[in-house]
Amino acid sequence: MTADLDRLAARLALAADDAGLLDVAFTTLDTPVGPLLLAATGRGLVRVAYAAEDHDAVLQSLADRISPRVLRAPARLDPAVRQLEEYFAGRRTAFDLPLDLRLAAGFRRDVLTRLREVGYGTTASYAALAAAAGSPRAVRAVGTACATNPLPVVVPCHRVVRSDGALGNYVGGVAAKRTLLDLEAAA
Amino acid sequence: MRLEPFETVVRRHGPTVLRVCRAVVGPDSADDAWSETFLAALRAYPALPPGSDVEPWLVTIAHRKAVDQLRAAARRAVPVAELPEVPSATGLPGERDGELWAALAALPEKQRKTVAYHHLAGLPYAEIAALVGGTPEAARRAAADGVAALRRTYRGASDDR
Repeated sequence: MTADLDRLAARLALAADDAGLLDVAFTTLDTPVGPLLLAATGRGLVRVAYAAEDHDAVLQSLADRISPRVLRAPARLDPAVRQLEEYFAGRRTAFDLPLDLRLAAGFRRDVLTRLREVGYGTTASYAALAAAAGSPRAVRAVGTACATNPLPVVVPCHRVVRSDGALGNYVGGVAAKRTLLDLEAAA
Repeated sequence: MRLEPFETVVRRHGPTVLRVCRAVVGPDSADDAWSETFLAALRAYPALPPGSDVEPWLVTIAHRKAVDQLRAAARRAVPVAELPEVPSATGLPGERDGELWAALAALPEKQRKTVAYHHLAGLPYAEIAALVGGTPEAARRAAADGVAALRRTYRGASDDR
């Protein structure tokens, strides 16, 4: 029955996409920083979530905020999976994926846009990012924008560190932040 | 109350709906009935009032899809000069419960549906009557007659559910 259900659920995901009913597609990917949940709307990648964020809770939040038509549908995430695998193998320094930033609004969204300009293997301070986003005194708000980044790894909030050189917090945990920065330094 | 991700609905209720589809339209057409049921449910899902009892809702959709399929199968049935090979009376070779599906398939349609909706999906007879027509008491009798027939024809019968 389980094999039947897996097969039927996969078939449903394809039919749903064909019928324009696949509002949120998701899959999971095992990585050096643990399993990542990847979710995409028709517009692009909308969410990357660490296990620490509780994938079930994240899916419920996507159902609440975007649409309850949420299905495991790996095909839509194929490009994201391929690029993340290349990134974790040290063979990719930038992501070329359509992104759906609807889960971030206002200043937080401005910060995410600026974050995409912080290049692979480099870091920026919270203060520098606040200045770049046009609000030099909004250092704490930049921290909040990073902590609530809906697209960690792909939008590189791990490259934002404290002005005194300390790592600072990270949505995926400090160990994951260290892993990503080490990966980029080694490549 | 909030609507759960539809994936959760598929995982939680998919097996029951598949059993119901197998019982009502047979194992060969069950996959199509299941797929049509969940695609229609996915389309309507955002408008479902949060807190609704999802399984009876799905079984109701499955019932409509099964009726469509049975009608289409009846339309496709055309007289032929030579009889085709008779399908196995014991279901798909190697398919677990194949004999049970064959025994179910041999029941009259109303008995088959009432057995499926009550004993597989757990619907109360009042709701079943609304689906198949007639009174709840008639639905109860049809299901009881169906189960009695299954006890006579299904060799593997061992328990009530």
